[in-house]
Amino acid sequence: MPHYSFVLNGKPVTVEAPSDMPLLWVLRDLLGVTGPKYGCGVGVCRACTSHLDGAEIQPCVVPVEDCASRRVTTIEGLADGEKLHPVQKAWLDCDVAQCGFCQPGQIMAAVALLKKKPHPTDADIDRIENVCRCGTYPRVREAIKKASAEG
Amino acid sequence: MDGSSPTPGSGPGDGVRRQELPRRRILVYALAASTLTVATPVGIGVAAEGGQRGEDPESALRKPSDVVVIGDDDEMLVLEVTAANRVVVRLPRAEVGQGITTAVAMMIAEELDARLADVDIPLAGARAKGNQFTGGSDSVRSLYGPARELAAVARAKLVTAAARRWHVPARTLRTKHTMVVAPDGRTATFGSLSAAAAQVHTPAVPSKPKPASQHSVIGRPTPRIDGRDLVTGKAKYAGDLAVAGAKPTVVARPPTVLGKVVSVDDAEARAMPGVLAVVRTAHGVAVVAESFHYAFKARDALKVKWAPGPLAPLSDRAIRSRLRAAVPRLGAPPHGSAQVEGEFEFAFVSHAPMEVLTAVADVRARSAEIWFSSQTPGDARASIASAVGLPQSSVRVHVVRGGGSFGRRLAYDAAIEAALISKAARRPVKLMWSRSDDIRHGRMRPASHHRIRASHAGGRVVAFSHAMASVGESSESLGPRPQGGMTTTAHVDARKVSAGPMPSDSGLYNFGAIDQKGGGIELAIPLGAWRSVDSGTMRTAEEIIVDEVAHSLGKDPVAFRRATLRSKAAKAVLDKVASAGKWGRPMPKGRAQGVALHEEYGSCVACLAEIDVTDPHHPRVVKVVMAADVGTAVNPRGLQAQLMGTAIDGISTILQAGLHIDRGAVREGSFADFHYARQRHSPLRFEAHIMPSRKAPGGAGELGVPAAAGAVANAYARATGTRPRRFPINF
Ligand code: FES
Ligand code: FES
Repeated sequence: MPHYSFVLNGKPVTVEAPSDMPLLWVLRDLLGVTGPKYGCGVGVCRACTSHLDGAEIQPCVVPVEDCASRRVTTIEGLADGEKLHPVQKAWLDCDVAQCGFCQPGQIMAAVALLKKKPHPTDADIDRIENVCRCGTYPRVREAIKKASAEG
Repeated sequence: MDGSSPTPGSGPGDGVRRQELPRRRILVYALAASTLTVATPVGIGVAAEGGQRGEDPESALRKPSDVVVIGDDDEMLVLEVTAANRVVVRLPRAEVGQGITTAVAMMIAEELDARLADVDIPLAGARAKGNQFTGGSDSVRSLYGPARELAAVARAKLVTAAARRWHVPARTLRTKHTMVVAPDGRTATFGSLSAAAAQVHTPAVPSKPKPASQHSVIGRPTPRIDGRDLVTGKAKYAGDLAVAGAKPTVVARPPTVLGKVVSVDDAEARAMPGVLAVVRTAHGVAVVAESFHYAFKARDALKVKWAPGPLAPLSDRAIRSRLRAAVPRLGAPPHGSAQVEGEFEFAFVSHAPMEVLTAVADVRARSAEIWFSSQTPGDARASIASAVGLPQSSVRVHVVRGGGSFGRRLAYDAAIEAALISKAARRPVKLMWSRSDDIRHGRMRPASHHRIRASHAGGRVVAFSHAMASVGESSESLGPRPQGGMTTTAHVDARKVSAGPMPSDSGLYNFGAIDQKGGGIELAIPLGAWRSVDSGTMRTAEEIIVDEVAHSLGKDPVAFRRATLRSKAAKAVLDKVASAGKWGRPMPKGRAQGVALHEEYGSCVACLAEIDVTDPHHPRVVKVVMAADVGTAVNPRGLQAQLMGTAIDGISTILQAGLHIDRGAVREGSFADFHYARQRHSPLRFEAHIMPSRKAPGGAGELGVPAAAGAVANAYARATGTRPRRFPINF
């Protein structure tokens, strides 16, 4: 079986996995990194949203071979040690989460959006596809705006 | 814990307490332990103060004299102060996002004068008896009295222990920040006093909860206690648990609902990498593998011949006409009255909690252990035990945080299935339903048909009739079996507790003679109580008719409601949304406001929605204003979050989210076609106003659904000039 090396949340890792194994299961089942959630497995719900070289991806539809020698960031790698990322902080300030299950994905999507567009419009925020079955959307919007305003 | 000694929560001669609790005393027990550990029984819907709310004729809380302490913590809410100064309360409820752990931590912190950060609320595993039911918007109601009594007794014992240590009169001591403070400034943490407090039998200070006027934690908007875990990915759900040896497991399921395996050729699947076991289940074939990747691949390589399920010939059209035919006839309207009538249809709706059903099971020859998120762990344990052939006492159920529920985790389908697979495969398993399993085979809100008639004369409604029929789950699909999982009793109890009287009986409006009839058809289809149960359809449809009555009487919907509502509280929430939402302000073409109310669980709520239908295929609710009176709102911030969730539920179920049945199968299979609202469908502005109240807490978790759904439907009707009758509208 092939080996793949990549940088996960700042640390180099090597896994033995078939080339088509989705990154989601590499993270969750092989590496025990459970922040990215399964919500559909087909790129629709966005609960698994993470970053590849700083851009948003859905690990449930990205095969591990595409990650070789690249940087993978999950929700676990967003904070700087105990210091939360400004978007995480905005999420806490706005008390966004209910059950929380979609929130790692929501936060990673928001971070990616703010990187591309530091001052997103409502229309930009509307383009976020992540499902929140608890219906926290207005607070997600508020938290993105707060993070944007605070730079 | 033998020899537990009852310490009544209120001492005799305690005037204030007796005033607050005129009917019942809540007993608090000291449990024998080396650290301070106290416990109190928990009932359903107990009115802690005033006794007006949630009275259950069958008296869920036994009278003190009936309570027998049998040496364990069954039926108990248990509080322990650890030597490390943590206040730990094992909660016999499920946390599925509704914020009950935060609300209980607040009640405890309030009465104990502990810092909220020092309070931990782990979820209790299944117990042999007692009320562990999470549902019917009942958790805060049932815990508000007991949790505060418990903490007040603990506080009195801690103060007494400090007084003995310092040789000062107990009444001179104060408590704050998880410490006892002496007049001279000396302090002792609760943790340092815990062992001594465990020896205190008769506290030297009163052990009564504070009057509401002294509350500084209860009623203060407070962020979730688990917020940090939730934003850092640390929070663990069932699928995130690392239970030794529990391997990823998925099940191949039939194309039709409750279809059966005729034969299976698993040779190819078994030979695939990472596959550990393949076993038949009642309605499918399970694959256990080293990773979900291998499990899904092997599942897809199974060659299964399926027999169609019992629903196979049926599609929506036939179900709808059977439902329509099952609606009881309305009686004759009052002589001389004019009629406003409407027939309404609601489609099946998936619960689709964000976390799919997941259960870890380790079933051995003589014992079993299961980890999952359950609103009914006691029933689940009994059913699992009987399914795997073990005595209940050999089955341990661990209740895990859940990723949403909306009623779905009242059933324990996945847990029984996981247990049976573990038993057959002779190894621990981590079973996960795929999203399409969840939508195609999971439970759903039943479809229903409603016929409503308001009779008016002389500008007033003189009679109001509502006849409905909904789909019931036939016995073919009920009972403790893997696919079903919810026993008939649990289902009935869930309805009894949540629905209370039929929603229209609440007499929200002065509508003269109220008449309500129910009918139904039975189908072999897995159903389940969906947030707000029958009110989500019945009351929504009624609120649409209320608007139509107002229209036919030439009255404004808010003014008409205001003149017809019975209760002051309901008028107040209506006034609040009308003023905060600027009811009646001029709107550009294609935009309109809609309003609706609901009253249940001892609470009431109003919702004002503003919709933009410039593009009729993509209506957008742009603004929602809600106001709720739930009595004491323990955590107003948590309540606002719940109301926001119900607003999104209303938008989804009215405008776009439902399930089709095509020849015995659910057509939808993911969030790509089950159109639960996304960010682009949610209001750009949302406000939730909480009415101040000193009354005991009412229910709140489900309350908002009918008001939100009704307001969205009414706004849509006014914006489009149509009369919406079938939901979801874009389907
Ligand atoms: S699990 Fe990856 S998008 Fe749904
Ligand atoms: S917080 Fe529960 S799904 Fe988003």
